[in-house]
Amino acid sequence: MTNEAPASARPPLRATIDAHEAAPSAGRAVLAVDAHGLEKSFGATRAVDGVDLAVREGEIFGVLGPNGAGKTTMLQMLATLLPIDSGSATLFGYDVRRQPHAVRQLIGVTGQYASVDDLLTGRENLRLFGRLQGLSSKEARSIGDDLLARFDLTEAADRYVMHYSGGMRRRLDLAASLITKPALIFLDEPTTGLDPRTRVQMWQTIRGLVADGCTILLTTQYLDEADELADRIAVIDRGRKVAEGTPEELKAQVGGSSIRVQLADGVDATAAAALAAEVARHRPSLTPTGTGFSVSLSDANQAADILIALRRNNVDIASAAIEQPSLDEVFMALTGHPGATPAPEPEASEA
Amino acid sequence: MTAITNPAPASRRPADRTIRASVPIRDIIVQTTAMAWRALIKMRRNPEQLVDVTVMPLVLTLLFGFMFGGAVAGGMVTYLPTLIPGIIAYSAVTACVAAGTQLREDIDKGVFDRLRSLPIARIAPLAGPMMADLTRYALAASLSLTMGIIMGYRPGGGVPGVVAGVLLAMITGWSLAWIFMYIGTIAKNAQSVQSLSLLVLLPLTFVSNAFVPVDTLSGWLQTLVNLNPVSHVVTALRDLMNDGQVTAAVGYALLGCAIVVAIFVPLTVRSYSKKV
Repeated sequence: MTNEAPASARPPLRATIDAHEAAPSAGRAVLAVDAHGLEKSFGATRAVDGVDLAVREGEIFGVLGPNGAGKTTMLQMLATLLPIDSGSATLFGYDVRRQPHAVRQLIGVTGQYASVDDLLTGRENLRLFGRLQGLSSKEARSIGDDLLARFDLTEAADRYVMHYSGGMRRRLDLAASLITKPALIFLDEPTTGLDPRTRVQMWQTIRGLVADGCTILLTTQYLDEADELADRIAVIDRGRKVAEGTPEELKAQVGGSSIRVQLADGVDATAAAALAAEVARHRPSLTPTGTGFSVSLSDANQAADILIALRRNNVDIASAAIEQPSLDEVFMALTGHPGATPAPEPEASEA
Repeated sequence: MTAITNPAPASRRPADRTIRASVPIRDIIVQTTAMAWRALIKMRRNPEQLVDVTVMPLVLTLLFGFMFGGAVAGGMVTYLPTLIPGIIAYSAVTACVAAGTQLREDIDKGVFDRLRSLPIARIAPLAGPMMADLTRYALAASLSLTMGIIMGYRPGGGVPGVVAGVLLAMITGWSLAWIFMYIGTIAKNAQSVQSLSLLVLLPLTFVSNAFVPVDTLSGWLQTLVNLNPVSHVVTALRDLMNDGQVTAAVGYALLGCAIVVAIFVPLTVRSYSKKV
């Protein structure tokens, strides 16, 4: 029963598997994730409440929401780790409920808490997961070594994972998810608890995966992360999807760009803001320190008009900047409450 | 770990891959072996885990021999043919409690989440450590036996009887461990696995003929003792090791083990598969 490496020359999917595992729509373009009305309750709490998701092959899809919004629960249902209460989900046409084994052959899961073995070394971890997924000892070793090198872990390869730092664990965890080149990778809050530098490295790694042909579904509570990485974003709040679109589309929902003006010392901010309001016909808001204001623009050219108006009235400014709305504002506008912490906090237990 | 089964897929595209409906038997064996390898590595790196199968059997054999020998059999050496098979069974059953707590600790750590997301047989993460644990039962049985021989035990069954006895002890440990594995999947945490397991372990080992002759017990207690699979194992061990005879007790012992396995393996797998 040696299963040879499936090459494209082989007959298509349906020919090599029994009828039960046939993907319903194999052949034409299939969504990487196609979920309808997903629901999950824990006791009286409805963690996920009727979410639809459509993730296209080759994109990074971000699921954005505050802590406890139901992101992880949703992801665990899609990854066959939690039973689906109601609704349906297919991954590449395979039914998550009825064909979990098929689904597991296509996915890699990297959780919020690195799921690697503390008492084994990095190398042993990758060897174990490689062997479990049917690689020969030799293959498991060479693929493991490649991944260790790619994730900058070669030096730590023979150390026990319990002595790894948070960032190293996370990298090893992701490496372990990549052993069999999954078509779809679930990343559950991939940078939570990482320091800013490691975080940027992780972003680069994630972009590299997509360049390599992966589809990625990631959850995050960081607005800048979703903005930075995702092609499309679904905003989740209290188990429901409250918005979906590209980062730009979401931002457009709360209006266009705005100008932020920092005034020179001793200038009356209220009076200056009133001048700007006349031009922009939007209500300006003063900055928290009261030394400047920002106002939405209906059209980017209004920025120049505002600056000219300020100059004509001899209002001195210290600086001015045109800004895109932040996803924080988006979240506020969509849900009526602030979203999440804008920046990650460094991990407390950096081993 | 030699079998080559499923080379790395050449492509990420799902349509180019062979998707299998189930795990072939041969893969189940490879996966179980991989999990056993992991368990053995952990055992080697954490030798304190072996205290219950090394120091404990030695201490118990000494303790029981000297303390109860006179009272139960009128002398330490005359008690040994009763005691040593009892101790061997007792150590094997005690040793399998750890299987449940280990499993629970594994489940509570993240690594089992990954295992559950892999296209592997659901039984492999359970059966692997069980396979590795056979070494624990072998260790427990042979150390009690060695201590017994030092104290003056001369097994009438000779080498074949003794080897058969150790094998039966290993089978018993492996089979009864599934009870504790099940507890490991249903209890709240490792702590409660420990206490629940103790509740099961005490009657299993002491409401048996392991340390005392059954005819000293009252009628209803005798009935209970005879229902306990451990009693049959102990009788079988005595028959094998003391007399070198394969008696009906051996059959009953194996049957008892088989019944435990038939009940608790499906229960454990089902409960494990549901666990988050």
